[in-house]
Amino acid sequence: MSTYAGTLSRSRLSDPKTVGVVGIALGVLAFVLAIPPVTLRSAVWPVVIGFVALVFGIVAISRGATRVGGGAIAAGIAGTALALLAIQSSVSNLDQVVDASLIAQMLVFATPLTFAAVGGMFSERSGVVNIGLEGMMLMGAFWGIWGADKTGNWFLGVLIAMLAGGLLALVHAFFAIHLRADQIVGGTAVNFLALGITGYFFVQLYHGGNIPTGVSQIPSLHLTSASSSTFFGDSFGNLNYMIWAAILLVPLSYVVMFKTPLGLRIRACGEHPRAADTVGINVYVVRYASVVLSGVLAAMGGAYLTVGYLNTFNENVTAGRGFIALAALIFGNWRPFGAFGAALLFGLSTAVALRLHVYSDLASTLFQALPYVLTLIAVAGVIGRTIPPAAVGRPYKKQ
Amino acid sequence: MSEPLAPQHGPQPDEIAQEPPATPAARLARWQDAGGVLVPVATGIFAFLIGGVVIAATGHNPIQAYWDIIKGAGFNWLAHPWNTDVATTAAYNFSQTLLQTTSLILCGLAVAFAFRCGLFNIGGNGQYLVGLICANWIGVSFVNMARPAHILLGIAVAAAAGAAWAAIAGFLKATVGAHEVSTTIMLNWIAYWIGNYVFLQGGPLQAPKNVPLDVPISADVVPGAQLPVFWGIPALQGLHIGFFIAIGALVVFWIVLNRTTLGYEVRAVGYNPDAAAYGGIKVRTNYIRAMAISGAFAGLAGGIDMLGYLHHFGTIDVQATSIGFLGIAVALLGRNTALGTGIAALLFGGLVYGTTHGLQSGVIDPSLAGHLTEIIQGLVVLFVGADVLILAVWNSRRKLRRQGRVAESGQPKPETAS
Repeated sequence: MSTYAGTLSRSRLSDPKTVGVVGIALGVLAFVLAIPPVTLRSAVWPVVIGFVALVFGIVAISRGATRVGGGAIAAGIAGTALALLAIQSSVSNLDQVVDASLIAQMLVFATPLTFAAVGGMFSERSGVVNIGLEGMMLMGAFWGIWGADKTGNWFLGVLIAMLAGGLLALVHAFFAIHLRADQIVGGTAVNFLALGITGYFFVQLYHGGNIPTGVSQIPSLHLTSASSSTFFGDSFGNLNYMIWAAILLVPLSYVVMFKTPLGLRIRACGEHPRAADTVGINVYVVRYASVVLSGVLAAMGGAYLTVGYLNTFNENVTAGRGFIALAALIFGNWRPFGAFGAALLFGLSTAVALRLHVYSDLASTLFQALPYVLTLIAVAGVIGRTIPPAAVGRPYKKQ
Repeated sequence: MSEPLAPQHGPQPDEIAQEPPATPAARLARWQDAGGVLVPVATGIFAFLIGGVVIAATGHNPIQAYWDIIKGAGFNWLAHPWNTDVATTAAYNFSQTLLQTTSLILCGLAVAFAFRCGLFNIGGNGQYLVGLICANWIGVSFVNMARPAHILLGIAVAAAAGAAWAAIAGFLKATVGAHEVSTTIMLNWIAYWIGNYVFLQGGPLQAPKNVPLDVPISADVVPGAQLPVFWGIPALQGLHIGFFIAIGALVVFWIVLNRTTLGYEVRAVGYNPDAAAYGGIKVRTNYIRAMAISGAFAGLAGGIDMLGYLHHFGTIDVQATSIGFLGIAVALLGRNTALGTGIAALLFGGLVYGTTHGLQSGVIDPSLAGHLTEIIQGLVVLFVGADVLILAVWNSRRKLRRQGRVAESGQPKPETAS
């Protein structure tokens, strides 16, 4: 028994993929050592660890794990370079960029992306491309704060937002499913429509002015007292309810999508609608429900943005977040945890970009292109292969 | 997003007849078969009607509002075109509408050309921005260059930059099969942030003279690189010769697509990449080439706008740029043909100018009317793409004609004239 276990663990450790992954981790570690809370000021350790990562990468490549090995080499070089940059910079500046609230801010920026990306997953897994996420999010953002303003209740506001997003998604679904319109064209149209409708009614209802202050806001969940300052407290102690809802949504949608018959049906419609139809699944119903759900979820993300975070609205307030969510969905390979991971990464990059102002506005601005560059690289197949659902984008005609 | 284009698993022959067209160009062929000019016209009217309902529902008089928009666009100038004095409102407004039309024609062609190759180029906005940024760079530098050379250089570099930017998406499509919609969306946003970067305080293109004022705006293109104005006063955004470049681009588009081998290959790939490959056409090369040509149109639009009337640009302008997206509506309404794109560009050019700067109305506020453009734009794009609606129009028209031919309704013809 014991020898069997021994060979097993040995074979796992020497597996070239494991070597590569360890190399990537070491590369990241090289950088982490140089930033708070560790803030190593000597270049020795980052260089040594980065070099080890490089070696691990070369070993992994030589044993056949080209992709992971390449990642390890890249992580080793990038980690060391970034660490050396961080060592050059002053500690006070570093402390302003990296502190415990960075995690909280990352979650703030990741939340709208998570809602929309998970929503998009439902739509695309059922076989309907949804590049209208941006528009659905924008509908949620405007009608959410309008609802919260008129009813005086943030909860009703979010419900109205969900309704608005769902309605716009229904339009997209109707054109994509029943009228068999090109789904990408339809999604583009939905984005224009949302931009026009929210802009028009913002001017009409608020006379081009601002949303009054003091609109009912989604509250935060206080886990720790405000006075105590711990790493955990600063990170997770004072998060909005919607952030927790987004975090809960991820495992929930994973279970629904991959562990229930319902999820199997959705995926069947996205992979092979004819086969799904043959076994008695109503492809139209499944697709309608999935697209509307995607609109509802995207609108929740938009509502969080206005009712939960900004507490105001301005024209095109979502500013491309729906497209980043789409990127997160692609980056995360149409899976909930993958999409969430990508949303966290993009949220982190936004949070860091805002903090880079302490160094230079220019660096901060350019840094905001990072999520898109990363997605472009991911789509190009450099980091693994992204595999969309087989029938996504194709209208289905019943026989 | 996937590969909705080529049927990869080889459906059964009877299934092919039942399935909706798989490629954008096959759809286009059906659109053109079905209804011809009738569908876009009906679509446009329908979109304007719904827009009118929105205006009425929010307590404004739709007829008066539309009349004000028509006057704002200067279309009433067409009633007395012998008066070319831009001191009169109608003539001035119409010259401004044509200014918008110029860039919209090119942005529309950027979408249309790729569409004919079966690619949906949603990245016109990014390609436009890249072209515009490069034209600003050329226009501000090389101060001592001769005027024609300077202008030509600026326009050429802008077109080349747009082509290169779009070719990235074409290259990724050709090599690793990355869907062009995903990649062009990403390229749009990368261009957006590059634009924000170059014009920001301290950015490479921010004007040095602005530094004490601290505004994120570029320097002005030197007079030697500005396009000559032929209608109106240069200081008041007169209509520049870029208008004729856009008209020329329409002609070039038609000739290249319909009268050259390149265009034949592009259309063949767009209609059915598998069949084209079987016929010996290099599909991958055509993807890259079609995207590059598309991008060149959009980059040209950016270059002409910069050298023609914008002359400088700022981060706020970058954030407000959406003309590349409007190009999608123009191309789709124009059915991706040269003539159609030209007419649709005039319509949207009028709409853009007539609902914003040109609008003087007691009925509808420009800030409201500007959003009306977006609504109408959305409705147009929504309706022009709906196969079933188009087929319904087509079938009803056929019944009216009482033709005996009872063809299978779902079958598009392989070759269609544009």
